Amino acid sequence: MTAQGFTHRRTPGLARTATPGRRRRRRNWSVDRVTFFLAFLGLPLSVYLIFVVSPFIQAFYYSLTDWTGFNPQMDYVGLSNYTRAFTDNIFLKSIRNSVELAIVVPFVTIALALTLATLITVGGSSHGQIRGLSAAGFYRVISFFPYTIPAIIIGIMWSQVFDPSNGLVNGILTAVGFKQFDSFPWLGNIDTAMPVSMFVIIWGLVGFYMVLFIAAIKGIPSEIYESARIDGAGRFRTALTITLPLIRENVQTAYIYLGIAALDAFVYMQALNSNGGPNNSTLVMSQYLYRTAFTKGQWGLACAMGVVLAAVTMSFAGLVFLVNRLTGGKDSVTLA
Amino acid sequence: MSASTTNLSTPLTDNPRTVRTNPGDRTVASIAHAVLVLWVVLVVGPLLWTLVTSFKTTTQIFDSPFTLPTRPAVVNYAHAWTTAGIGRYFINTIIVVGSALVIVMLLGAMCAYVLARFRFFGSRVIYYLMLAGLTFPVFLAIVPLFFVLRGFGLLNTLPGLIITYVAFALPFTVFFLYAFFRALPYEISEAAAIDGAGDWRTFFSVMLPMARPGLASVAIFNFLGLWNQYLIPVALNTNEKNYVLSQGLGAFASQAGYSVDFGALFAAVVITVAPVLVVYVIFQRQLQGSVSQGTMK
Repeated sequence: MTAQGFTHRRTPGLARTATPGRRRRRRNWSVDRVTFFLAFLGLPLSVYLIFVVSPFIQAFYYSLTDWTGFNPQMDYVGLSNYTRAFTDNIFLKSIRNSVELAIVVPFVTIALALTLATLITVGGSSHGQIRGLSAAGFYRVISFFPYTIPAIIIGIMWSQVFDPSNGLVNGILTAVGFKQFDSFPWLGNIDTAMPVSMFVIIWGLVGFYMVLFIAAIKGIPSEIYESARIDGAGRFRTALTITLPLIRENVQTAYIYLGIAALDAFVYMQALNSNGGPNNSTLVMSQYLYRTAFTKGQWGLACAMGVVLAAVTMSFAGLVFLVNRLTGGKDSVTLA
Repeated sequence: MSASTTNLSTPLTDNPRTVRTNPGDRTVASIAHAVLVLWVVLVVGPLLWTLVTSFKTTTQIFDSPFTLPTRPAVVNYAHAWTTAGIGRYFINTIIVVGSALVIVMLLGAMCAYVLARFRFFGSRVIYYLMLAGLTFPVFLAIVPLFFVLRGFGLLNTLPGLIITYVAFALPFTVFFLYAFFRALPYEISEAAAIDGAGDWRTFFSVMLPMARPGLASVAIFNFLGLWNQYLIPVALNTNEKNYVLSQGLGAFASQAGYSVDFGALFAAVVITVAPVLVVYVIFQRQLQGSVSQGTMK
């Protein structure tokens, strides 16, 4: 096993720990330490290498073959899978849809989460100590609810809420007099399917980022807010010129995570419109990849699509870093 | 977080002194409350509607989205549990998520500890390899993973699912705990070494207990992440007997479009959502703490 051999070889040199002095280091290379390193590094690393790293690497290789999986025949076909993918109008459509999601979902989610977090943390009195809104804890607890619900359930639940004939939305709309919504197919109409899907995804994500931003805003020393107030800054001014710059690292991290989530979006889309929606208007890359691999059995082509998806994801992250850099931020990611 | 930081969201009730309010403040506060109440309705509304609907018979569901159930159709829950197989999926999920959680916490803590506390050739490489695993989309790996698991004879089995969950939760666990183990004081591990504790002993009886707060945070996030997992089981666990909850519900919902038992579908949703939601409400203080810990790092 390579991972074990690897740790074995490294063992003698690894004792540059807290224990200073050479003599100590020698003595530490005992049976105890060898088994310790074999188990502590070898075990997790072999699991990681076999089930995560090797599939990622294999995907690049398979993307250059015409592999159909169950037949052992596998020929190297160069980049023809990629040309095939990029001349497939449905795949191009799915890229457009995914990019659309990656533009809209993170922006709206962060704007909404920041607004709600600001309201909760500094919505209170403008006299005396800076304080949050009363019942802030209640709002925070409720907002986090969607995060505890699996995405597939969120999708199923909302597809029932938007159900044309017995859903909640059309029920409310017809009850207040909009008779034209009597059996309006929100998820089956080419104009509304995508916005409704975006709404559902955002519903599922806002609460978590709101709680995250609340924590970040609370980390800002209140003296800063107080001095801004003494200088005459109003609430909106404070939110834009004090809060936002001070938590920009959190916002950047959130942007990247949300972008990755939006470029995946498989679960939500599968629950809302498993066939890709009317005229493929909600078909995303991940869904098309899944269909290509597990329904059509075109594994090589599916791997090529996976590489494209990874490339889009990486460019998105790079773009966020670049924009943040250009606007004067630092290059660092905090893990949420 | 500096010591001077005051808790901004402390509600007014904490301070018994009457606070002078001016009309402008009151307007702002009412607008803020109005917006937040609207948001709360948007979050809770669909959940409550689902709960109420789960007690209606399928005929009543088709009748109108608003009518309250005349007699609670508890039979929906029985149907969901047995006919729709939610009971079995539930047990499978507990086995898979439970085992994966324990294993990934142990392996993750071990790996993070070694990377954080020992300097050796290649440790940075391993660290960045883990970091890369966090950003690459799982979709890229899913096709080869199918054949890796088939090669081990683990395709469509619960152990196969567990090991895959562990592998994909590992980077997050290591990344988060790495920072945690770094921050633990070196004096204590030195004291343990002087007292004659070996590496194993130092880890299990000194370092691991000290890292408990960090472990708890990561465990909560891992639990929610694994509980939420859908793609991995759908692609790699196609034997209906071994379905996990998310997957089983997805299958049931797509079937329901044809051979409708909507009452059972709503009941199944409630069965899946309720336990975690109740646990969350009980432990929400600790959980919110975990989220803030994430931002402070």
